[in-house]
Amino acid sequence: MWVKRRVAIRDHAAEANLFTRRASIALVGVLFLLFLLLYKAYKLQVEQFSDFQTQADGNRIKVQAVAPNRGLISDRNGKLLAVNKPVYNLDIIAEEVDDMDVLIEEIGQLINLEERHIKRFRRDLRGTSRFNPVTLKTRLSEQEAAVISVHQHKFPGVIIDAVLKRNYPYQETLTHAVGYVAKINPKDKAKLEAEEKTANYKATKDIGKLGLERYYEELLHGQVGYRRVEVNNRGRVIRELEMEEPIPGENLILHLDLELQQMAQQLLEGHRGSIVVLDAQSNGIFTLYSNPSYDANLFVHGISSKNYRALLNSKDKPLINRATQGRYAPASTVKPHIALLGLDEQLVTAETRMRDPGFYQIKGIDHKYRDWKKYGHGWVDVYKAIEESCDTYFYDLALRLGIDKISEKMNRFGFGEQTGIDIFEETGAVMPSQGWKRARWRQPWYAGDTISIGIGQGYWTATPLQIALSTSVLANRGQFFEPKLLAAMQHPNGEIERVPEQDRPPLVLKDDSHWQTIIDAMDNTLNKENGTAYKAFKDAKYRAAGKTGTAQIISIAQDAEYDADAIDERFRDNALFVAFAPIEKPEIVVAVIMENVGGGSSNAAPVARKLMDHYFDHKKPSAFHQADMEYKLANNKDIEIEGLLTSQVTAD
Amino acid sequence: MDNPERERKNFWQRIHLDLPLLTALLCLMGLGVAVIYSAGGGDTGLIIRQLTRLGLAIVVMLVVAQIPPAFYQRWAVPLFALGCGMLVAVLLFGHVGKGAQRWLDIGVTKFQPSEIMKLAVPIMLAWFISRKPLPPTFRDVFIGFVLVLTPTLLIAKQPDLGTSLLIASSGIFVLFLAGLSWKIIGGMVLAFSAFLPIMWFFIMHAYQKQRVLTFLDPQQDKLGSGYHIIQSQIAIGSGGVSGKGWLNGTQSQLEFLPERHTDFIFAVFAEEFGLFGILFLLALYLYIVGRGMVIAMRAQEAFTRLLAGSIMLTFFVYVFVNIGMVSGLLPVVGVPLPLVSYGGTSMLTLMAGFGIVMAISTHRRLLHNNR
Repeated sequence: MWVKRRVAIRDHAAEANLFTRRASIALVGVLFLLFLLLYKAYKLQVEQFSDFQTQADGNRIKVQAVAPNRGLISDRNGKLLAVNKPVYNLDIIAEEVDDMDVLIEEIGQLINLEERHIKRFRRDLRGTSRFNPVTLKTRLSEQEAAVISVHQHKFPGVIIDAVLKRNYPYQETLTHAVGYVAKINPKDKAKLEAEEKTANYKATKDIGKLGLERYYEELLHGQVGYRRVEVNNRGRVIRELEMEEPIPGENLILHLDLELQQMAQQLLEGHRGSIVVLDAQSNGIFTLYSNPSYDANLFVHGISSKNYRALLNSKDKPLINRATQGRYAPASTVKPHIALLGLDEQLVTAETRMRDPGFYQIKGIDHKYRDWKKYGHGWVDVYKAIEESCDTYFYDLALRLGIDKISEKMNRFGFGEQTGIDIFEETGAVMPSQGWKRARWRQPWYAGDTISIGIGQGYWTATPLQIALSTSVLANRGQFFEPKLLAAMQHPNGEIERVPEQDRPPLVLKDDSHWQTIIDAMDNTLNKENGTAYKAFKDAKYRAAGKTGTAQIISIAQDAEYDADAIDERFRDNALFVAFAPIEKPEIVVAVIMENVGGGSSNAAPVARKLMDHYFDHKKPSAFHQADMEYKLANNKDIEIEGLLTSQVTAD
Repeated sequence: MDNPERERKNFWQRIHLDLPLLTALLCLMGLGVAVIYSAGGGDTGLIIRQLTRLGLAIVVMLVVAQIPPAFYQRWAVPLFALGCGMLVAVLLFGHVGKGAQRWLDIGVTKFQPSEIMKLAVPIMLAWFISRKPLPPTFRDVFIGFVLVLTPTLLIAKQPDLGTSLLIASSGIFVLFLAGLSWKIIGGMVLAFSAFLPIMWFFIMHAYQKQRVLTFLDPQQDKLGSGYHIIQSQIAIGSGGVSGKGWLNGTQSQLEFLPERHTDFIFAVFAEEFGLFGILFLLALYLYIVGRGMVIAMRAQEAFTRLLAGSIMLTFFVYVFVNIGMVSGLLPVVGVPLPLVSYGGTSMLTLMAGFGIVMAISTHRRLLHNNR
């Protein structure tokens, strides 16, 4: 601290005078600097006025960003699933119009104008510079656009603005897989800024929000272009001086087969459920359908809050992608996997037999765990256990395996983990373990918990995609490819590049022959008279193997409010079925889940049969090397907008 | 008490506002909103946001005006210490925005500690210098400079050249008004000129050097940073004596002018209202500064005099640097045109400053009043 050594005697009057002097000097300085500013302004505005006026008048060159065309998405046969369609807007620049009322009236005679259009137009007009275009009517029909274009010379200031908007021709069929784009919102903007992509999106209006459109946004979007244009003294573009073309996004060619997908949709009509079909060679996804679905186009032009609420509040939960987000008990479809584990751990052999009295008891505990067949299956070996889906056999086996062993090995089939599918809407569901239960429920693991796991119930949940994937891993004897929708990309130059499969470490058994044992049992399930799916696959032209499943209900709608009338129906069993064919060299894997319809053999298996029949009846070679398809895609790349002035979305 | 000597307090004094100053400030704000409306192409959302901010700024001014100046005297040191602490915190863990580290994230919101220093530095200096009889001793002047330079360098390092310039001048104004001897002033000027080359080679960032180079010859970088200056000079120059009229400036309406509603708003104003408009605007600023200096001269204590004087002169620095930069007299430094430009935290700080000046003019001690 600065200690006062002597008491200073302040002369207040002198200090005030000193301040006044200094303040006056400062004010003189202020005046001098203000004069300097004024002098500079005088020089600019009076001495150099004519020079700057000329420059302002000649200031005619502007640089505009041009949005790239978004890449198209096609199925494996070149059928387009997501396209860009021109949408016409009628804009008016107020500055160039003499009498707005007359103009609106004249336009109203040519096309249908509603009062609300005019009202909104007048409101927008007040909030925009007179030099900027204001939209009078959006989404004109092609005929309306043509009529206005013909008469355009009579209406100075009127422009038909054409922009490309995303369109999904198959509406709700592919929404959960392909997804949709919608307007870039402040959150997207912040994200683009963080990723330093703002410049590339300068002229872009929409961005991928769901499914493939979101996952492959970067591939689909393309590279922004620029054009230098000359504008008139009212800001209108008169001519283009220079154009740096935008680079369109990559066209995506999917593994998806539109016909199979459409068929899946028809087969699930009226039911909640999901169908996944995989290419058994690569786990490319032929079909990924979740019912009910909704029209993706609703979101492209901005969904009304009424429509959105209806989707959000529907008790059928159409917004959920059941195929990748639905958590279902895998039920008996995982019995082959458990059996395989038992063989490999040498807890049972192919010949081991046990007696099934119709129930199972843990030693020293009274509780009876019942088989689905009241008086039991009699003497049961591993084949019969799978063919007839004997519960008791698996209660015992699971208990002897122990939960942690099961959990560890089932992870290798993809349970409890995300599959790596190329959409973001995916859950890993739950493959429980002792540690998991402690962390999640703060409870120890009980023997009874393991018993339910043996028949794919209890804490075990899986998505239809996981169930299909685990079947594919089994059919391919341990080989694990991540399921993917994207098969290939077509670059803007027309070249097609295949996307390589992504594999994970294969599951290796101590004894390779166990694979055959389990596959044989699954073969019998479909092709032996006592098999649970024998009826469904009778007289098939191909040989398939599979497994049925019937899950007591813990449906994904667990947290939904139950409608009293619907309770009965919603407590009915879920039907499940998995299959692959041909057995020797599998080409196709099918997984079907139908909620609350009853047993798997009578409900889900016939659905899978129809899909497989269709596949083998219409088998086509994989299409994306064909010259024919290249031609199709190349032609779809540029959509001509004939006779109209603007053809691309631009922004300054 | 019927003391005949006691000044009769009118309504404005009772709510601690200076009517002439307030009127001029409101005029300026109104003018600003009109120009933003034009620069923003009639975007009403922009206007609503600006009006909200102005309303908030006026409330801040009102609140600050109620606080007696003695309060700042008491809290000068803690406030200054806190401000310096936060500046160090910004350098250590600040949020990087637009390539500069200026923001401190305090969970709820991000804010710039340098704004606090715009007031904390003059308060601290005024307190420190006014503790002893004026003019200050050489020793106190030296300590004063250290007090100014510490926050200035911390902010310059962020880097925020504009703000560090404003803060340095607010401190130096206190010293000048306190009667800093002319010898020292002369010495400082010499030292500064010697320092310039050191700054150029060792301290300034590449983009800052580029700004200076562009200022010296805007034509060398026509589409890059020179573009701003060229377009803004065309806008001002083509406005002529009487201007093109409100909403009719082609440079701004056709969007050739960058940063139209923020830092370069003066160019829009000059284009649409011409030399006459500029004359009016400068007169308005002169009136505000003049009125503030009168308040400072009438203040009763050294502390309040120095504080009010420094705040007003710093306000003028804003005006001069902004208009100087937009018209090509000074290099481009990010300083807004006070109370006219669209936006931000700096407006709140400015109005808090005016609140202090109004407090100084209205919280008078009766003792000294009976002359």
